[in-house]
Amino acid sequence: MARSTTSFGLQATPKHPVSLTVNGDEHDLLIEPRKTLLAVLRDTIGLTGTKEGCSTGDCGACTVIVDGKAVTSCMVLGVTVSGKEITTIEGLASDGELHPIQQAFIDTGGYQCGFCTPGFIMASKVLVDENPDRTEEEFRHALGGNICRCTGYTKILEAVLQAAEEIRTTS
Amino acid sequence: MKNFEYFEPTTLAEASRLFAQEHAQLLAGGTDLVIGMKAYTETPQSVISLQKIPDLAGITTDADNSITIGTMTKVREVELSKDIQQYHTALAEGASEIGSIQIRNLATIGGNIAHASPAADTVAGLLVADAQVNIIGADDERTVPINELFTGPGQTVLKPGEIITQFHLPSPASGSHYIKHKIREVMDLAFIGVASAVNLQNGVIKDARIGLAAVAPTPIRATEAENLLKGKIPTPELLQQAGEAAAAATSPISDLRCSAEHRKEMVDVLTRRTLQYALDRATR
Repeated sequence: MARSTTSFGLQATPKHPVSLTVNGDEHDLLIEPRKTLLAVLRDTIGLTGTKEGCSTGDCGACTVIVDGKAVTSCMVLGVTVSGKEITTIEGLASDGELHPIQQAFIDTGGYQCGFCTPGFIMASKVLVDENPDRTEEEFRHALGGNICRCTGYTKILEAVLQAAEEIRTTS
Repeated sequence: MKNFEYFEPTTLAEASRLFAQEHAQLLAGGTDLVIGMKAYTETPQSVISLQKIPDLAGITTDADNSITIGTMTKVREVELSKDIQQYHTALAEGASEIGSIQIRNLATIGGNIAHASPAADTVAGLLVADAQVNIIGADDERTVPINELFTGPGQTVLKPGEIITQFHLPSPASGSHYIKHKIREVMDLAFIGVASAVNLQNGVIKDARIGLAAVAPTPIRATEAENLLKGKIPTPELLQQAGEAAAAATSPISDLRCSAEHRKEMVDVLTRRTLQYALDRATR
């Protein structure tokens, strides 16, 4: 790894080569170890659908899917996910068709300001795909890591239940 | 976040050598370290990831139903493991209490323990499982019982360069239960955490273990309460005595979460309650 020297004569920490598959596209990047996955997605790749809320893992706004699992991307160093497959809100729709969970949020009005919505959708997407038979109470509990300051959660829960119902009946 | 050098060793020996150097930090799931680095409470010069070292993650059950959990096993995996749910229910329940699903998909059991928070949610379950902690250093390996691992808040007996590799749970309990005393349903820290585990023989308590979190500078076993229970037939009076003995074993602090008095009182209540659940499960 080549060490570079900044114009101030300080030694810069070496960047690391990182290969990511984001929404099916491969990205070969050179990134500083301190960059979070969230920063890589938003600032390096330019996918700003994923939001930065609290940046301490408490609010869930930055939720993305890494190798099939929902994670808070603000707590993940970009260098640690090299070789992994990442899905963000931009990657949910396929061939112009929304994922049932996206359509359900629109149908029920499960958003107001929309800032928490990508995180809620990514967290819910894994939940409805892996087990659409969860009860309302189970969905509510499983979404406890996502915070919304607008909706009071009622419409969000309606959206999740609608998507679960649709996935149940079509599979 | 300050910058740092990042290493991905592929062997434990190399990881241990790097970790023994000054201002080095181990990276497991990152849910504590990355947040600490953002807040500048952690400013390591080098960060050593354990993720490229083979065989550090996973849960294996042996023929005698003893269970080994790799240090890099995700907390979510511990929570959902059928064997841990069956043989160490309190540990599965404790794992399910950590943060959110998103955090449990990142956090590891080794990180939860090595961080040495007195309030860690997996620690009471590991205490009542009598977990043996396998540790590797630059030159040797050793095993430390979980109740001897902690020396203070954030402090353990681990020496520079030593890394936790596995948790070995030797003897399954027939019934165990964990209760986290908290305000929020999820994403909360424990006011206190109480786990109880029992084995019954012909209606008599053969052995009992009680693990307490967030009520002393380190997580503790309530050994006097355990000894009161052994060899006795469970009755409400006996459980009450055990609850009082467990509360007497604590030395809690008052903080913004709750008062020391409340913590002590609730240890009494929750010890009785977890014992009752554990007994119900054991007799089933």
